[in-house]
Amino acid sequence: MLADSSFWIVQILNSLQLSMLLFLLSVGLTVIFGLMNFVNLAHGSLYALGALVGFTIARATQSMWAAYLLAPVIVTAIGAVLYMLLIDRLRSAGPMKQVLVTFGLIFVLLDVQKYVWGTDQLGVTSGVPFSGSIEILGQIYPAYRLFIIAVGVAVFALLYLLLEHTRLGAEVRAGVDDPETASCLGVNVERTFFVVFLIGCALAGLAGVVAMPEFSAEAGMGVAILVPTLVVVVVGGLGSLRGALAGSLLIGTTLTFGTVFVPQFAGIIMYALLVAVLLVRPAGLFPARG
Amino acid sequence: MKRRTALALATAVGVALTGGLAAAEEYKVGVLLPFSGVYAGLGAHIENGFKLGLEHFGADLGDNTITTIRADTEANPGSTLAKSKKMVLQDKADVLVGIVSSAVLGGMRDFIHNSGTPLVVANAGNNDMTGVKCSPNIIRVSFSNAQINRPMGTWLAKQGKKKVYLMAPDYAAGHQMMEAFRKTFTEAGGEIIGEAYPPLQGTKDYGPYLTAAKATNPDAIYVFFAGGAAITFVKQYHGFGIGKDIPLYGAGFLTSAAYVHVQGEAADGTVASLHYVPAIDTPENKRFQEGYQAAYEGKLGSEFAVQGYDAARLIIEAIKASGGDKAAFKAALSKVSFSGPRGPLRIDPATNNVVQNIYVFKNEFKDGKIVQTVLDTATDVQDAPNGCAM
Repeated sequence: MLADSSFWIVQILNSLQLSMLLFLLSVGLTVIFGLMNFVNLAHGSLYALGALVGFTIARATQSMWAAYLLAPVIVTAIGAVLYMLLIDRLRSAGPMKQVLVTFGLIFVLLDVQKYVWGTDQLGVTSGVPFSGSIEILGQIYPAYRLFIIAVGVAVFALLYLLLEHTRLGAEVRAGVDDPETASCLGVNVERTFFVVFLIGCALAGLAGVVAMPEFSAEAGMGVAILVPTLVVVVVGGLGSLRGALAGSLLIGTTLTFGTVFVPQFAGIIMYALLVAVLLVRPAGLFPARG
Repeated sequence: MKRRTALALATAVGVALTGGLAAAEEYKVGVLLPFSGVYAGLGAHIENGFKLGLEHFGADLGDNTITTIRADTEANPGSTLAKSKKMVLQDKADVLVGIVSSAVLGGMRDFIHNSGTPLVVANAGNNDMTGVKCSPNIIRVSFSNAQINRPMGTWLAKQGKKKVYLMAPDYAAGHQMMEAFRKTFTEAGGEIIGEAYPPLQGTKDYGPYLTAAKATNPDAIYVFFAGGAAITFVKQYHGFGIGKDIPLYGAGFLTSAAYVHVQGEAADGTVASLHYVPAIDTPENKRFQEGYQAAYEGKLGSEFAVQGYDAARLIIEAIKASGGDKAAFKAALSKVSFSGPRGPLRIDPATNNVVQNIYVFKNEFKDGKIVQTVLDTATDVQDAPNGCAM
């Protein structure tokens, strides 16, 4: 197995694909976390909602492209409602209450998903783009997984441009770096936070709908992916795009190779890595706030 | 009730003496199936089959009648236990039928064992329920996990496959299916060169597992997946192009008639074993499929529908054999034998598990759809008692 180059090529592609999904999920979470010290544990539920809403749209319109466009919009709308009803009020309530409320939200949203979509695995069979396989470096690989990788890379590039070259990006960086000073200099940190929160919701929804054709959708899929996502945020360092990318690659690769080489310990290896990173760099690999 | 039983007995004796006049008894059948939740699809197939069975064989009841009461088991052992208690104690059901999930069956096993009311299991395949935890009151007309996979170990070894990689979800049924295959396959000289058990819950990404399995270079990969997981697995197997070098074999739920049309081309070439395939060419199966397709929008009758159909027939045959005598009815359940859509079947009195044929079948993608053909048949597959003492 180890000497087999095809094994390594395909497995590295598998890691990249998982990493990109984790990146889409963690990047929103980490910036919200970094900007306002706010932990939204229900972020994974938005991922599941993206997949399930995407399933419904794809079935109704027979088009995955409609689902890619609309599902993130609908998830963002759900996120906006959650923000106004709950999250805005919790902003100054301290981390304990935030964690408890968003933790409770996981279960509420899980039951909503079960009520609306049932608990079966749902998948679309027609209208999926890139549904065949292609040959890459002599290996047959599902084209759709390459599409997932491409989506992740494209989102990273867009976010990089947004953060580095727009006024919103500058405000976000200023807000993460020193919210009080930024606020004194006329940056509306409240509004920035709201916008970043919505972008995070949209990306979680996008991750869900992009994952759905290949991995199917089911109520509760957000709970399983929440833990690796949180680990990515902590390993990468709060509030940084680079950190989210580095953390995703590290954790995605660890999980992929862990399930192959030591299936019983795949989960434990991820935590061991978390501990090791925190021992060497307590603020994570690339924290936004030095 | 006592008086009614006494009356029934007296009537039965009367029937025996006068020879022929049937006693008119009403049999209350409690149908316990998942109508909501993960297994709702399977529940619908079984109920459809059950209704068709009552329709096809109802004439055999003579003057006796069957009334059904139904309850939703979801996939919930706790609420199902309560519902089965209500059916037995309050509604005075004569027999219960159904149960898809083995966990649900496990939850009600002790109550049924002690209740004196028989349960006809129409799906749940846990080996132990007709093994160490068997009960005179639990009669299984569907299959046991081991029964489906045991013939395939011998068969695959005979095809010249020497090195096989195993894969199944990490829960009781997954392990029972793989163990049954491993036993007969290694006894026939085969070797298991690797195995993987992905989690049952969570994101269904089999990519890393499939890549690792392929790298061990096996002659074949043998798996068990069912329902949505089976659809996802078969598609990913195809997507990674593994089928080009390594053929896929499995327990037949992998490409069940219930959803093989969704897998489409991805299922091409897959060979699997099961207790029923719609392609079986017998008059009994023809009658079943024609009746089923006429009643249910032209949908193919699946193995789950057959389990419901045969469960109905089993109950009717037992009523017929006991001639309207409710006391004899229970004992008659485990003595029934008949030829149904899946071929000859009988209940093994030693375990109360069904003895039946197991079919090895191939999926081929022709003209835009999957065609299933039977390659081989293992006849009269019977489980060893495995610690069952009645």
